[in-house]
Amino acid sequence: MPPFAPAARGGNEQPTALLKVEHLTMRFGGLVAVDDVSFEAPDAGITAIIGPNGAGKTTVFNCLTGFYKPSVGRLTLSHPRRGPLYLERMEGFRIPQVAGVARTFQNVRLFGGMSVLENLIVAQHNELMHASFFSLAGLLGLGRYRRAEAKAVERARYWLDRVGLTARADWDAANLPYGEQRRLEIARAMCSQPVLLCLDEPAAGLNPRESSDLNRLLIGIRDEQRIGILLIEHDMSVVMGISDKIVVLDHGRQIAEGEPRQVRADPAVIRAYLGEDEDEDLPPEVARDLARDGGGA
Amino acid sequence: MEYFLQQLINGLTLGAIYGLIAIGYTMVYGIIGMINFAHGEVYMIGAFISLITFLVLGMLGVGWLPLALLIVLASAMFFTAVYGWVLERVAYRPLRQSPRLAALISAIGMSIFLQNYVQVAQGARVKPLPPLIGGGINLMEREGFVVQLSYLQIIIIVLTIALMVTFSLLINHTRLGRAQRACQEDLKMAALVGINVDRTISTTFVIGAALAAVAGMMVTLYYGVIDFFIGFLAGIKAFTAAVLGGIGSLPGAMLGGVLIGLIEVFWSAYFTIEYKDVAAFSILVLVLIFRPTGLLGRPEVEKV
Amino acid sequence: MSGARLFGPAWLTEGVKEALLQALVALILAVPLIGLKTVQEPGGLGLQTRWPAVAIAVACVFVGRLLLVIARHVWPPRPKAAQSPVVAARIRRFVRLLGPAAIAFALLLPFLPFADRYVLDVSILVLTYVMLGWGLNIVVGLAGLLDLGYVAFYAVGAYSYALFAANFGLSFWACLPIAGALAATFGILLGFPVLRLRGDYLAIVTLGFGEMIRVILINWSSLTNGPRGISGIPRPDFFGVPFNPSPAPDASAFHTLFGIAYSPIQRVIFLYYLILVLALLTNLFTLRIRKLPVGRAWEALREDEIACRSLGINPTNTKLTAFAIGAMFAGFAGSFFATRQGFISPESFTFLESAIILAIVVLGGMGSQVGIVIAAIVLIGGPELVRELEEYRMLAFGGLMVLIMVWRPRGLLAFREPTIRLADFDRTARARSEPAATVP
Repeated sequence: MPPFAPAARGGNEQPTALLKVEHLTMRFGGLVAVDDVSFEAPDAGITAIIGPNGAGKTTVFNCLTGFYKPSVGRLTLSHPRRGPLYLERMEGFRIPQVAGVARTFQNVRLFGGMSVLENLIVAQHNELMHASFFSLAGLLGLGRYRRAEAKAVERARYWLDRVGLTARADWDAANLPYGEQRRLEIARAMCSQPVLLCLDEPAAGLNPRESSDLNRLLIGIRDEQRIGILLIEHDMSVVMGISDKIVVLDHGRQIAEGEPRQVRADPAVIRAYLGEDEDEDLPPEVARDLARDGGGA
Repeated sequence: MEYFLQQLINGLTLGAIYGLIAIGYTMVYGIIGMINFAHGEVYMIGAFISLITFLVLGMLGVGWLPLALLIVLASAMFFTAVYGWVLERVAYRPLRQSPRLAALISAIGMSIFLQNYVQVAQGARVKPLPPLIGGGINLMEREGFVVQLSYLQIIIIVLTIALMVTFSLLINHTRLGRAQRACQEDLKMAALVGINVDRTISTTFVIGAALAAVAGMMVTLYYGVIDFFIGFLAGIKAFTAAVLGGIGSLPGAMLGGVLIGLIEVFWSAYFTIEYKDVAAFSILVLVLIFRPTGLLGRPEVEKV
Repeated sequence: MSGARLFGPAWLTEGVKEALLQALVALILAVPLIGLKTVQEPGGLGLQTRWPAVAIAVACVFVGRLLLVIARHVWPPRPKAAQSPVVAARIRRFVRLLGPAAIAFALLLPFLPFADRYVLDVSILVLTYVMLGWGLNIVVGLAGLLDLGYVAFYAVGAYSYALFAANFGLSFWACLPIAGALAATFGILLGFPVLRLRGDYLAIVTLGFGEMIRVILINWSSLTNGPRGISGIPRPDFFGVPFNPSPAPDASAFHTLFGIAYSPIQRVIFLYYLILVLALLTNLFTLRIRKLPVGRAWEALREDEIACRSLGINPTNTKLTAFAIGAMFAGFAGSFFATRQGFISPESFTFLESAIILAIVVLGGMGSQVGIVIAAIVLIGGPELVRELEEYRMLAFGGLMVLIMVWRPRGLLAFREPTIRLADFDRTARARSEPAATVP
């Protein structure tokens, strides 16, 4: 049993959906950014959300993690210990705190002026607050807080080892190179002990080696922690390589859902990416990647 | 009713003055995204320069009022604009890449400096100026209460409208205006497409200072007393006006100015005069809490 | 090019040109405001000319600029690289030594030969601002909330001591916690509606609150005695024993208690130690809370609020605690101010005070405890040295704020010590020989 794996979980009985998105719609004024999207994300599985730029992928994430209130829709998270939770009804910061949904950002958002280790300790804020009676125990110097902090440091150390940043623990986060910042952000999200991890373009700007390291890390997290991973990604080698399931969005609408193999062959997807009957401003590199991977199928 | 009408006129006049100052705040905030804390002091300097010019003209014996007014207007605008220009060069430009807090402290320091500079140079005493423009049009008279629109009020309102029109044309139809609007959207991008950002920001400060100088001249004429401390309160109220109208929006600044002027005058007329400054602050707080984009501002979507 | 050579090196010609241009600008600025002074004459306002003063100002600008050009040429500014780890380590060592040395000096100060009444008074003033700076640092330096109305809480503390002492006869020590609690309550009440505002907006709203409290203090005469202020505020006693030159036969006084002769300076020395202890408590609290979850959450909030929300940190509550705790320390300082002065009025709590305290925090180097002490000494103690030039004091103060910011935008001593280091943590864990915590 790997360390930090959540306690006994209902084995291989039947694959229940960890997250169920139903009829999610998000409007900004007259603009419909997400239009009636429904999909499920399994427990201990990687679900990728792909689509051309402006398809509404990040908006879906922002709805899931409480930064936007959806205009319509139900977002049900079947929490392994707390039962079903309706994310659209929860206040923004309660979603990570209570429902255990952690996320990373498209443009990395670290606490730049703080050290790498501090970033990981801050991620365990709620647990530490609880252990220290809202910091009072710490103020009085009680052992209870010292032990809780030691545990937090050990958890941070575990994730530092996993992402290969142990030697950088005392650096300022802002001074890390870009690829390491991305890894640190994932480690930080994992330190908050999520049940659902949402990654917004984790491979963006990584070189091929870093990108394949990332694949291995994500597969490791899925198999050892047995948590759900939701992934927005343009890099098709990542998407096709590790996803258990893919949801395709285009102009806010959902145009396909299924296993990588099915999605790759879906004519609607190919049309959306290659723009056969309407010209779209899709990035050429995406089209190229899709064409290459699609051809290989 | 008559009382109400009179207060309405007074409020509009005061509002025009606030609006002119508010434009300076709104333009600077629109472009570099910071509160020009020393703008109230720039307005105060404008008032002092107008006063001094009036006195100089009096000594030189320029008696024809319209000519005197024009000269005072030009002199106040020119000298104050130079102050605005120097202010930006000394206290803001070196800090444009620095943490925002540093720029704010530098601005507050500049505000303290200018206030005390005028105090040292001109003395702390209140400066009275005898009324130069008397009389007015009696609009209504009932039971001995006269509703008067004074000539001075007409001058203030007409001048403000004229400046606003000129200014809108400038922003909407000239190269400079385009550069300004581009900088407002995105400073870096504007620099990339070849706009001289430094010069545009300088010009913005100069225009803002010139308009504040006009407001300073109006106050000198309207109230007839000024001192080195008038910039602080007027600055806060004008900033409130800019926020109320929607920061970054020029018509908004004017609308906000008029609203703040009206609120202040009516509050003093019908409630308590002691708490009239509290009224302006309360409005600022309420607007920021319930409608941070102001009345005419563009909504701001949080980028995640 | 060849023309330039006639007068010397090209850089010098350039420099002279630049200086001339700036002197011209200075002339334009100086003519109306310095050259012509409005003076009150029997028949109304008149003008007085002061051309020599203009000439001096213009000459100063010209010479100053020229000297700057020459200095830049002789000592070219080094390219601004990121602070190297070596320099950072050196500063760190320096600060680590400086802290205890400064505390030792502060403890001994009243007994040093030069410490007369005046020196002690100035030191008390400086220490009051150090305490206020440390208190505001929690709000601005740690939590990153720009508070321009800090003086409001100072005022709440001062007035609550004055009113409780005058109306209920409570002692300073009983009033101190009340004043802190009231100020903290005010902090929460004012903070709650506005803390979601960002940066400059928050600054201007807190400024508004500060001014509102002052206007209320002026106008609510039945409670606060209006602009005349409250006088006759009880002076502090030595834990119940008064400083009294001629105590009643059956009562004791400070000097009889210790069997020494009465001297008025005893009270001053007591006040000095009182503010020193209060300030050090503030410092100790800050150092401690930085290493606790709340403190780390404050700093994280300053760095990135959105990331904080994505980690389940409640931004409103976290900001409110910072606001309330900062306000509490201002309340303590306010009580001290009231008991020291014996008289308070709304005039003591203007926006300028807030600006001074904020300037101390920012100039010191955000979040740097030692930097705040240095900034307080420079900004408060410095102008005290030139008391004779009273009217130039605030002028110099404003100018100093601009200059320091332009010279060092990050403050005098800007560096941040991480609250925990993996290396140090391992060392202390081994020393305690606690087994590495087991995993859940």
